[in-house]
Amino acid sequence: MDESRPIFIQIAEQIENDIIDGSLPEGGQIPSTNEFAAFLRVNPATALKGVTRLVDDGIVEKRRGIGMFVTIGARERLVERRRAGFAAEFLRPLIIEAEKLGIDIDELAGMLRAERIQS
Amino acid sequence: MTGTVVRATGLTKRYGSFTAVDAVDFSLEENRIYGLLGRNGAGKTTIMQLLTGQLFASAGRLEVFGREPAEHADVLRRMCFIAESQRYPEDFTPAHVFKSAPWFFENWDAAFAEQLVSDFRLPMKRRIKKLSRGQLSAVGVIVGLASRAPLTFFDEPYLGLDAVARHIFYDRLLEDYVAHPRTVVLSTHLIDEVANLLEHVILIDQGRILLDRDADEVRGSATTIAGPRNTVEAFVADRPVIGREGLGGLASVTIDGRLDQRDRIQAAELGLELAPVSLQQLIVHLTGTDLAGSTEQENAA
Repeated sequence: MDESRPIFIQIAEQIENDIIDGSLPEGGQIPSTNEFAAFLRVNPATALKGVTRLVDDGIVEKRRGIGMFVTIGARERLVERRRAGFAAEFLRPLIIEAEKLGIDIDELAGMLRAERIQS
Repeated sequence: MTGTVVRATGLTKRYGSFTAVDAVDFSLEENRIYGLLGRNGAGKTTIMQLLTGQLFASAGRLEVFGREPAEHADVLRRMCFIAESQRYPEDFTPAHVFKSAPWFFENWDAAFAEQLVSDFRLPMKRRIKKLSRGQLSAVGVIVGLASRAPLTFFDEPYLGLDAVARHIFYDRLLEDYVAHPRTVVLSTHLIDEVANLLEHVILIDQGRILLDRDADEVRGSATTIAGPRNTVEAFVADRPVIGREGLGGLASVTIDGRLDQRDRIQAAELGLELAPVSLQQLIVHLTGTDLAGSTEQENAA
């Protein structure tokens, strides 16, 4: 866990990542908040807050007496939202650092392509 | 459904001319884990002794489970207080301690205690005074957990416990708290270790409450900004500064306040480094000596 942001947001993001990469499929059940709390060694109220955030966003839904499930269409919505924030969160810092080092946009694009082939 | 377990209003404890607890107001809600934090001599233990009826308040009002705790057996029965250096009768062994525990704690779970004894590898037949410091702490931790008291206090419970044993304590506490919710007050100096277990933080300094906030709100509520002195100072100009360090032309300033995305981009463009502040660092800033210095500077400015 990183120290800079509330843990419940980090828990919500971890679950979102698992939905995006498919390890938590749409329609599938997610672990209970108590299981998250024990696994991540955090206060259960914190884990509940993280999951509640996803419920409020319509990413997971509560089925009374059974548990929490990933909603249908959740993955697409998450990908869309992450794409919208991609420029500010990832490109902006990249460009600032590149400018600092005197790397122009064409060179940067070339570096991105080269890196892609390597990985 | 939650209720208020403790309500303190203007709670004060004086020893002669020394005020250990200075008119504090706070409440503890049912089934939460609290961190009662602060430096040595801040008043944490005194507050816990007041709550558990071991001391009488000099002034103020205190209600625990709806009544004054002192001399009310029905209130005291619902509490367990594990002190830093818990004392036991001279000739007792851990086996004796655990055998007599059910007399004091109606929710005592002997099977859970037994499991904890094996987790902590505690020798049951050795006399208390022959136990190591860590083993003695384990006895207290086991009593505190297995008593399942609706209001449990751990006052620096792990003197001498190694890192493995402390993590056993955290894990068992969390597991058992989930299965049997209750109000837990943890007082400790090992703040970073317990930070994620806490739901709420109360920070005491010189007998007063400095901070009484949800742990989630506290996390990430402060940021350290480092870089060339003039740039840093310009950036923090109208923000609440809680710590200031410097080295030559470089400065590192901690502010109490979150930075939004725009602030972060601006800081990056100015070439400033941003670093998160952990709960422990925040408390060092709030209760450390550099606070007094920086607020004086603030006032002078």
